[in-house]
Amino acid sequence: MATATFQVWRGDEAGGSLREYKAEVGEGMVVLDVIHQIQATQAPDMAVRWNCKAGKCGSCSAEINGRPRLMCMTRLSTLDLTQPVTVEPMQAFPKVKDLVTDVSWNFRVKRQIKPFRPRTPDAPDGTWRIDQKDVERVQEFRKCIECFLCQDVCHVLREHHKHDQFIGPRFLVYAAALEMHPLDTENRVEELRKAHGVGFCNITKCCTAVCPEEIKITDNAIIPLKERVVDEYYDPIKMFFRFLGGRK
Amino acid sequence: MSDYQSFECDVLVIGAGGAGLRAAIEASAGGVRVICLSKSLLGKAHTVMAEGGVAAAMANVDERDSWKVHFADTMRGGQYVNNPRMAELHARESPARVLELEKWGALFDRTKDGRILQRNFGGHAYPRLAHVGDRTGLEMIRTLQDHGVHQGIDFHMETTVVTLLKDGERVCGALAYDRDRGYFKLYRANAVVLATGGIGRSFQVTSNSWEGTGDGHALAYHAGADLLDMEFVQFHPTGMVWPPSVRGILVTEGVRGEGGVLRNNQGRRFMFDDIPELYRNQTADNEEEGWRYTQGDKSARRPPELLTRDHVARCINREVKAGRGSPHGGVYLDIAWIKQKLPNAAEHIRKKLPSMYHQFKHLADLDITKEPMEVGPTTHYMMGGVRVDADTQMSSVPGLFAAGEVAAGLHGANRLGGNSLSDLIVFGKRAGEYAARFAREHGAAKLDAAKVDAAAKAALAPFERGPAHNPFTLQHELQEMMQRLVGIVRQQEEMEQAIEELQHMKRRVQQVGCAGHRQYNPAWHTCLDLEHMLTVSEAIARAAAERKESRGAHFREDYPEKSKEWGRYNLVVRKAADGSMAVERVPVIEPSAELKQVIEENR
Repeated sequence: MATATFQVWRGDEAGGSLREYKAEVGEGMVVLDVIHQIQATQAPDMAVRWNCKAGKCGSCSAEINGRPRLMCMTRLSTLDLTQPVTVEPMQAFPKVKDLVTDVSWNFRVKRQIKPFRPRTPDAPDGTWRIDQKDVERVQEFRKCIECFLCQDVCHVLREHHKHDQFIGPRFLVYAAALEMHPLDTENRVEELRKAHGVGFCNITKCCTAVCPEEIKITDNAIIPLKERVVDEYYDPIKMFFRFLGGRK
Repeated sequence: MSDYQSFECDVLVIGAGGAGLRAAIEASAGGVRVICLSKSLLGKAHTVMAEGGVAAAMANVDERDSWKVHFADTMRGGQYVNNPRMAELHARESPARVLELEKWGALFDRTKDGRILQRNFGGHAYPRLAHVGDRTGLEMIRTLQDHGVHQGIDFHMETTVVTLLKDGERVCGALAYDRDRGYFKLYRANAVVLATGGIGRSFQVTSNSWEGTGDGHALAYHAGADLLDMEFVQFHPTGMVWPPSVRGILVTEGVRGEGGVLRNNQGRRFMFDDIPELYRNQTADNEEEGWRYTQGDKSARRPPELLTRDHVARCINREVKAGRGSPHGGVYLDIAWIKQKLPNAAEHIRKKLPSMYHQFKHLADLDITKEPMEVGPTTHYMMGGVRVDADTQMSSVPGLFAAGEVAAGLHGANRLGGNSLSDLIVFGKRAGEYAARFAREHGAAKLDAAKVDAAAKAALAPFERGPAHNPFTLQHELQEMMQRLVGIVRQQEEMEQAIEELQHMKRRVQQVGCAGHRQYNPAWHTCLDLEHMLTVSEAIARAAAERKESRGAHFREDYPEKSKEWGRYNLVVRKAADGSMAVERVPVIEPSAELKQVIEENR
């Protein structure tokens, strides 16, 4: 078996640095395998989150050679092993320890989005009839595994730290899934414009580029939401009536 | 007393997969204070990995389906050692639980007339699995999670329970640690629901994530509860076998449901060579009929690839052992062949099995629309678990409930695919409902401070022992040993050897330790998980050595036949007064006269 060099960020909220490890590498291995190997043989206290090891749970998010990725889906064969491979925690969230970050903000944000509110069942058996076409549009968004890589890469959060004003791509996808849900009757447009800060997104599409589920975040979720906000708030006729009604 | 963060609630739910979330939602609806603990982050539990679907006799695709057929299928699949009342409740209530998910926002695939679509699966007479492509588990857990966070439940993420606490006979709470920060959390609760999932990490090749260390099984056992059916461990026939790092990862039965076929290295569909008597009437006798079945022809019988998981797994094992396997020790699972039958087959496959396509493409450089996959058995599911009352899900310990994989009874000797997701929501709801009722009726239980301190001290012992003995090494040895000696094909001497080795390992687990501090320290976590894994492994080995026949998932080379005599018993594992592990035969629960008739009608 060949060996390769990995530089893994070790530290906690007070600070840390890259530490170098040699690992044995074999056919088909992914970065998470290397991290586990280092943990089992060289650094038993090295913290890493993981669950499914198949790209389905979104736990093992990290930055590999500077790029936000799932460790379980990053095969070593896609990396240049003649150079050291760096593995670092996500940068958009506070550090806990080693590769583990505090992602609790995401769970708090999600609770602030108005939940699903279905229309009254309309089929005689007390359920709904829904067309497969209407389901498919939303299913793209519901593929999201909440790995938060899109949040990590988004410059509004990563560089400008607008966590209080912008819910980030993940939750715009979530809001889009609710807004476009064929049964949902809630209106989230005002929150999207104000509290959720959809306007902060300037469509650089970095989120789409890193999404392991290949969701077209910007094109299919965020832009339609922006259009809804525009239709609702910047439509001249609606603006006129709002002016008459005295509400902003 | 050491430092604890203290919490009080009426119902403490341990686990936040499908069963835990559903239990927490129901308990909260019962008007009591609920705390739900999650070993990982919310939404990452093993439920998320479930692919094929949730079984519910809604009869949307085939009007001949009904709860009775579903019930009879479940009993047949479980080889009639299931708890018939649980199988009945499950079959009756599952459709309502699935529709409830839709009310909470789940979006299942649709029939042409806009109802929930249902697909074929092994052992189910009719298309019965509501699904979302091949990511049904994700849809379900996300729906429960997103609904649950608005129901007034307190969620404590990355919190692992070390021990259950008792007040006399009754359970009164739990001691846990916070993974992130490392401190202890002390929960006082009037009722506790275990929803901790499975045990797959006790084996080397498994589809389970790191969490499947049998925590709930072991916690319940040490709290004095009965465990049931521990010999029945399901080896799913189709896990990935190559490359090595993904060995064991699940390949959904949905591949076969959509027309995928199994072949050996001679190109033979070997499943046609061995069709059990119990299923002969329901199984196609030629390839063409099998194909028609997968395409919805109601006059056709199902292909032998859709026989129950225990049988398919053994057939694959046999092919490999006979030298007819694929290059990496599996067999071929081919869905690409359907291009001979369907126009746009590649697109069809990507649409019906998107995450399988993705998984093989990314992890194995293989395009499943063009080439066959290599697959082999993987440790997947624990039929055995906490012995519970069918209606209330309460264990033999007052106030301690269990639901989902950690509970036993529904599946008997073998679980049908799709019956797990439905199990979670049917019995999760029941456990939550009755736990809330128990909490209201019984009021506050008292914690014993001395016992709490002792448990905390024991949990910190690995730090005192230091890192000289590595917990990961012992974990790997345990997994290798269980795979080798108590795996898919079993025999007496090997299992006795396993029990012997487990006694050594029980001593060694008292030596493993860790360095560093308590914050997010995987070595420490592994030291503690290992104790649960050893308890569960011993229960499996002892029960398996005791049952001297082959039934369902339990296959013995030295007793290859099913025995009528053994069909009368379930095995209970419990902690004896002297602290040793005792195995006892108990009579199986007889179905009611009405249920017996249902079974007969569906033979």
